[in-house]
Amino acid sequence: MTFELETAAHPENLKRIVIEPVTRVEGHGKVTLLLDADNRVHQARFHIVEFRGFEKFVQGRPFWEVPVLVQRLCGICPVSHNLAACKAMDMIIGAAVPVAADKLRRLMHMGQILQSHALHFFHLSAPDLLFGFDAAAGKRNIAGLAAAYPDIARQGVALRRYGQEVIRLTSGKRVHGTGVIPGGMNKNLSCDERDYLLKEIDQIIVWSHAAVELIKTIYCERPDFHDSFGSYRSSFMSLVRADGALDLYHGGLRARDERGQTIFDHVDYTHYWDYIHEEVKSWSYMKFPFIRVHGREQGWYRVGPLARINNCDFIPTQRAEAERRIFKEFGGGSATQATLAYHWARMIEMLHAAEAIQELLHDPDLQSDDLVSSGARQLHGVGVIEAPRGTLIHHYRINEDEQIVRANLIVATTHNNQAMNEAVRQVALQYLDGQQITEGLLNHIEVAIRAFDPCLSCATHALGKMPLEVELLDASGTLLQRLIKDSDGRHRT
Amino acid sequence: MGAPAMSNSMTIDGKHVPFSDGQTIMDAALAAGVYIPRLCHNPQFEPHGSCKLCVVSVNGRNMTACTMPAAADMVVTSNTPELNRDRKALVQMLFVEGNHICPACEASGNCQLQAAAYYLEMQSPHYTHFYQPRAVDASHPDIFLDLNRCILCELCVRASREVDGKDVFGISGRGIGTHLVVNAASGRLGDTNFAATDQAAQVCPTGAILIKRQGYKIPIGQRTFDHHNISEVQMKPLEPEHE
Repeated sequence: MTFELETAAHPENLKRIVIEPVTRVEGHGKVTLLLDADNRVHQARFHIVEFRGFEKFVQGRPFWEVPVLVQRLCGICPVSHNLAACKAMDMIIGAAVPVAADKLRRLMHMGQILQSHALHFFHLSAPDLLFGFDAAAGKRNIAGLAAAYPDIARQGVALRRYGQEVIRLTSGKRVHGTGVIPGGMNKNLSCDERDYLLKEIDQIIVWSHAAVELIKTIYCERPDFHDSFGSYRSSFMSLVRADGALDLYHGGLRARDERGQTIFDHVDYTHYWDYIHEEVKSWSYMKFPFIRVHGREQGWYRVGPLARINNCDFIPTQRAEAERRIFKEFGGGSATQATLAYHWARMIEMLHAAEAIQELLHDPDLQSDDLVSSGARQLHGVGVIEAPRGTLIHHYRINEDEQIVRANLIVATTHNNQAMNEAVRQVALQYLDGQQITEGLLNHIEVAIRAFDPCLSCATHALGKMPLEVELLDASGTLLQRLIKDSDGRHRT
Repeated sequence: MGAPAMSNSMTIDGKHVPFSDGQTIMDAALAAGVYIPRLCHNPQFEPHGSCKLCVVSVNGRNMTACTMPAAADMVVTSNTPELNRDRKALVQMLFVEGNHICPACEASGNCQLQAAAYYLEMQSPHYTHFYQPRAVDASHPDIFLDLNRCILCELCVRASREVDGKDVFGISGRGIGTHLVVNAASGRLGDTNFAATDQAAQVCPTGAILIKRQGYKIPIGQRTFDHHNISEVQMKPLEPEHE
């Protein structure tokens, strides 16, 4: 554990290195490192410096508007916010969502998982994984990938496009649609739309499976390196189905500690506050959630694909389940802790999403017109879903006039806040401690952050446009070294 | 009684347009299938002339088509680059004066302000947003009143007074302080006899007056302006324009 690196005991005489912005996380994030005269790391922090304010400005808005409003939190996974908010609104209007609407929402969500995971793996992370973390920066992007591995790049684009088509046909638009409404859905999937999606699904499954094979091969070529890079042990939290299966749309909360022992299981997520609290720290706008019974210091945990694949008892689709077993076997039968194993777990989930889409498309319920219900009104609602990046909690309270009076959102990146900080500290100790700074070494820090697929790694890294400026100051504040990466990917000092 | 004789005529954009006594330029244009952009005018109600989108050039002078009586031998131009430029500027000013957040607005796709903006090829608000704090009133059990989106067309004022016979709405203040008010001692819609079935609840061209719990029930692809632009929709006189 490197928790002590969060705050240096005597920061006054240390050099400060800032990576700012790391990229855009719906705004800005940065990494700061404090080094002594020998470049030994004394403090490492990953800060979110942008304040969003959605929880504030939904106040006063009518509850049925909010699922559409809050999906603007993100352009990559708006479906997740849309669904989580609508699940909360289902509760507010007392709706038992009809079976057909539940399946249509699941289909939309699987499209979302497919496109988001494909985007992250092929566009954002594959360049690091295929070329090496310190490969030439000009090559380490999707364009470089397309030049060196055109088939892989094409499959990545096609997988994402297919996921977006699933979203379009269920929600009305590829991004920021309005298909989900409190109590159900506003449209079904017509036979023509179903047949259009069925045409390509076999190929999508084949390509998704190939992606699992690709990351498995990469990982297993250098297992010691991948296991140790930015790694540490932690608790994991995710939703699981009542029978323990992986379920990304609905279930109970399960948390296991770093030894695999159950902390809580099958918890009704509407009582999440009894199990999870949030801490505010002065140096970041992002809150630090923790598991109550473990306290502020020890209660942090990880969410997302690695947590889900580790936590579930099985995956309810055939190919993905076979891959989960291989993954588990690789980890010696217990939870895999490696930061870079996130990529492997993510691709297993993408395969599951593709298989689940195929199953759902053959379900005649998707053509049903029984799409909406409502029941007894109540004044608060909680919706939880497994978004591509992890557990997503939306909690709203309304007044008698049906306006939002309070909102609390805990998004996946927030759950992973401490975990990403931990990964940054591990990498700083493993690779930067005592070294001369280079762009390649800095990218190691980003690789660790990127493994979590926080929104921060999205747009910028994809096309090599992430601007970076790193300054090395001596103890008196004098500039010793500066390295700048421009938005065109060129470096200068 | 038979229809009034169309003994007179004028031209609009070079097209011969007949009219009868008492008709405005807008009435005659509608009857002849000539589109003149509009927001505050709805043929079901008395003309108002406030939005100025229907301003046309009449024998070289600018007039609001919805209030100007048609006259023999008038030479009217409407669909000109200059007038459309002015119309676009008017719509842009409406966008920056109010708080029109189309991405989260349930009227999106059914909104005449949005449709007019598309029709006039508005690509950005251009002007600096005022970001005026505007009230919302959710006190009515079936109606949500959002003044952020009110463009002061007074269609609800006219519908409530002329059709519903209730006088629920009015306009107060002057200049930039002009705003829609509710005719109740408390100023709250919940304290009036307003009903969701009232005509005034159906006529808002934007998303200022909303029937509660109906938002987003119409899927994308089936909304009023998903497949028809505002000229096609508004050229169907006496049909509801905003459902």
